[in-house]
Amino acid sequence: MADTNHTQVVVIGGGVVGCAIFRRLAMGGLKPVLLEAGRDILSGASKANSALLHTGFDAPHGSLELSCMQQGYREYMSLREQLNLPLVKSGALVVAWNEEELGKLDGILAKAHDNNVTDVVHIDREALRRQEPLLSPKAMGGVHVPGEHIIDPWSAPLAYVHQGLAHGGIVLRDCRVESGRFDGIWHLDTNQGEVTADLVINAAGNQGDIIEAINRPAPFRITPRKGQFVVFDKPAARLLKAIVLPVPTERTKGIVICRTAFGNVLVGPTAEDQEDRIHAEVDQAALKQLMARGIEMLPGLANVDVTAVYAGLRPATQFKDYQITAQPDRRWITVAGIRSTGLTAALGIAQHVAGLYGASFGRLANSAPIWTPVPNLCEEQPRTYQAPLSGEIVCHCEWVTRTEIENALDGALPAGDIGGLKRRTRAMMGRCQGFYCSARVMAIAEGKITP
Amino acid sequence: MKTHDVIILGAGPAGLSAAAELKRLGVQDITVIDRETEGGGIPRHCGHTGYGLLQFGKLMTGPDFAKRLVDRVSDLDLRLGHTVLKLEPNGRLQLAGPNGLETLQAQKVLLAMGARETPRSARLVSGTRPWGVMTTGALQQFAYLQGKAPFQRPVIIGSELVAFSSLLTLGHVGVKAVAMIEERSRISAWRPGDWVARIGFGVPVMTDCSDLRILGQDRVEGVSFQRRGVTRTLECDGIVFTGQFRPESALLTQSHLELDPGTRGPVIDQLYRCTDASYFASGNLLRGIETAGQCYREGISAAHAIHAALQDKLAAAATPIRIEAGGALSYVYPQRLTGRGPYDPLLFKARARVATRGTLRVLADGREIWSRPINVLPERRIAWRVPAIDLTGIHHLTVDLQPRK
Ligand SMILES: Cc1cc2nc3c(=O)[nH]c(=O)nc-3n(C[C@H](O)[C@H](O)[C@H](O)COP(=O)(O)OP(=O)(O)OC[C@H]3O[C@@H](n4cnc5c(N)ncnc54)[C@H](O)[C@@H]3O)c2cc1C
Ligand SMILES: Cc1cc2nc3c(=O)[nH]c(=O)nc-3n(C[C@H](O)[C@H](O)[C@H](O)COP(=O)(O)OP(=O)(O)OC[C@H]3O[C@@H](n4cnc5c(N)ncnc54)[C@H](O)[C@@H]3O)c2cc1C
Repeated sequence: MADTNHTQVVVIGGGVVGCAIFRRLAMGGLKPVLLEAGRDILSGASKANSALLHTGFDAPHGSLELSCMQQGYREYMSLREQLNLPLVKSGALVVAWNEEELGKLDGILAKAHDNNVTDVVHIDREALRRQEPLLSPKAMGGVHVPGEHIIDPWSAPLAYVHQGLAHGGIVLRDCRVESGRFDGIWHLDTNQGEVTADLVINAAGNQGDIIEAINRPAPFRITPRKGQFVVFDKPAARLLKAIVLPVPTERTKGIVICRTAFGNVLVGPTAEDQEDRIHAEVDQAALKQLMARGIEMLPGLANVDVTAVYAGLRPATQFKDYQITAQPDRRWITVAGIRSTGLTAALGIAQHVAGLYGASFGRLANSAPIWTPVPNLCEEQPRTYQAPLSGEIVCHCEWVTRTEIENALDGALPAGDIGGLKRRTRAMMGRCQGFYCSARVMAIAEGKITP
Repeated sequence: MKTHDVIILGAGPAGLSAAAELKRLGVQDITVIDRETEGGGIPRHCGHTGYGLLQFGKLMTGPDFAKRLVDRVSDLDLRLGHTVLKLEPNGRLQLAGPNGLETLQAQKVLLAMGARETPRSARLVSGTRPWGVMTTGALQQFAYLQGKAPFQRPVIIGSELVAFSSLLTLGHVGVKAVAMIEERSRISAWRPGDWVARIGFGVPVMTDCSDLRILGQDRVEGVSFQRRGVTRTLECDGIVFTGQFRPESALLTQSHLELDPGTRGPVIDQLYRCTDASYFASGNLLRGIETAGQCYREGISAAHAIHAALQDKLAAAATPIRIEAGGALSYVYPQRLTGRGPYDPLLFKARARVATRGTLRVLADGREIWSRPINVLPERRIAWRVPAIDLTGIHHLTVDLQPRK
């Protein structure tokens, strides 16, 4: 770490939020160093979410969360073509399944308009039926939110990091911050030795309060909120177009059914508080409930196989809103409690952090962006296997070519572990879960990643 | 576009035996497609013996058997490394090859895409999702094709025959399993199997295990389960989910062909013909696992039907008679009879959901026309021939298994 042990700014945590901040600061002319404890980026909350790009129609009015989401949404839309990031323009339907929920739709509509999401409209039972004929006839009506979309949850942060790297940032993986002290500059102790920095940004997700305690008694406490999902096989994608959202409760957005950018359908998440900050276990009883609920709402799912199950941990605090503050005297910025909207808000959070930086620490330059497009994995856009001379397909369920796997093991930020390889290529993520290809994939990865 | 006589999709035992038989019958223009870069299907990586006795008169390893099957048809148009993406009406196939997308057309298509084991995810198993959880098929490719042991102390889940294949496979790379775990109260393979596991492989077999939970973060660290009211934890560094085969039928689900929710394979008639008369099917695609020998025979039978169809000798598919499974049967196939009859002895194959001692019956429009006493275990094939019967005027057959009272 010879040339990296002192730096202007360290970002702790390579989740989607840390990646977006890293990008923004690198583009602003700083040479940020991103420290990530995992063997690859996206080792925490960001590896498992619903992958929805939210409009903020139901976010708390006037909150920082709402403004970051809407800013993040706008920026995603403006840069996605240059970074080759997909967008499945599905729209969403908030569906009422009983009279009580039906009664809440007016409030949802009013809040959406308050939040300046003006294209949100009521949709009656018949129109709902026309739009989603395969949804259970028990659906009583709903609210249509045209701007809610589906994205690729992993390619986006990967693209942000790549752009940050292209602008001179540095990423250290397998680098866990263990402790630190401040004497005008920050001395951070990591498993790779000491890193010193003029400024530290805490974007440590589910470890946010523990990292915060290096700086000050953390004014918030993180209680991870687990969300489990069931993913159905590709034939299910023909069953619906829109994201089907439930009428939300105080605690969660509830169980969603939607397609994925990769052509599957997911049902989830649950919302279960837990102390464990690392292990996101799936649980058969909960998975069965999700399946049952999914089939109740979309009966055609009963005939489709389950491809995958997974769980993610939301970095929730006792507060509803994001915990983002700067402490200029301590040269520290806290970015914590990005609970359930961080994928959408990441670019907006990064803008906000850039604003905090500008206000207290210095000016960010305005350099011309270097674009670093990432490979497309979305079924709606051309995939590699469809091109002439694409070579051999290795993963047969997700149609991943040998070239794609080799490329993911190479370049500025090669996959650091098997999860990273899966997220970059989708190899082994299909219905057979590696029955046909895992030995081949691991042979190709030999010497580059170890299980 | 050129129309081939026959395209065979899948170069496993079923597809390759059909190819050889069609060649023998004088069909000229046969194309065999497989997405792997080597032909042979599952036996390609099933490195232990257990193949070929009835087909080639000696006990062979999977790879030797696979090579034998491939060599017999090496003069045919064998397109390896080609993935079929879509089945369209009237024998039109969309595929992706090393040169990109193509379309092929045939008078008759034989579907022989085989079957695979159900992975941990589709079984909805609880716990974390670390590396080191796989199926026997994957394990075999590590062990026999790469000479690698993906772990040193795995636990085997399930006790169908394939679980024993996984013990043999581990033995090949010098690995001994910690235990074999079965949910049922007896093992699914033949009875002395647990004795074989214990004495032959030194692996304890535990039945009655439920509520499986996988432990570990990056790599498997253990597995816990309930057994007779007690939670037990076994330390291990790998987990092999064996069996619970299901047809590799994703292509079918997205096609116009009808699927049977019981077998999860295509609906076929007594001539292996699908609901689009240009498609036939055979081998494990029909229902999950059977021996390679069974699949081989089904390939030959389908080849005869295809040969007859090419010469317009097959009875036109008149209004079919539906066949449904009932009682303790989870499925029966063929799922329909076409043509006019009277039918040759009809071959039915089925499986029972649970171990059953009782009567197997065939009912025609509700009236019993055939029956026989039977004693079956789950996960085992039941096959029988019903002598030629006149079904004139019949619309519906039920095949059921009623437990003895
Ligand atoms: C079930 C679920 C569904 C969701 N659905 C959506 C959705 O549809 N749309 C949406 O916009 N958002 C969604 N979210 C929210 C989104 O996933 C999170 O807001 C976001 O991932 C939080 O990102 P983060 O970067 O703050 O945290 P993380 O991704 O957890 O990143 C923190 C990183 O810091 C690293 N780290 C921790 N400690 C240290 C240390 N000591 N040293 C170095 N590195 C460290 C971790 O390894 C981790 O990689 C969902 C979340 C969940 C769980
Ligand atoms: C671990 C294990 C051990 C076994 N041990 C024995 C044993 O000892 N003795 C025995 O008799 N049997 C054994 N069997 C069973 C036997 O191997 C199978 O019954 C037999 O291989 C099935 O033949 P098949 O032709 O139906 O399918 P498969 O052998 O599965 O072949 C299907 C082929 O279709 C191809 N394919 C599928 N989809 C596509 C597509 N979309 N495009 C192109 N190609 C495609 C596949 O690549 C594959 O090559 C074992 C099976 C397993 C898994």
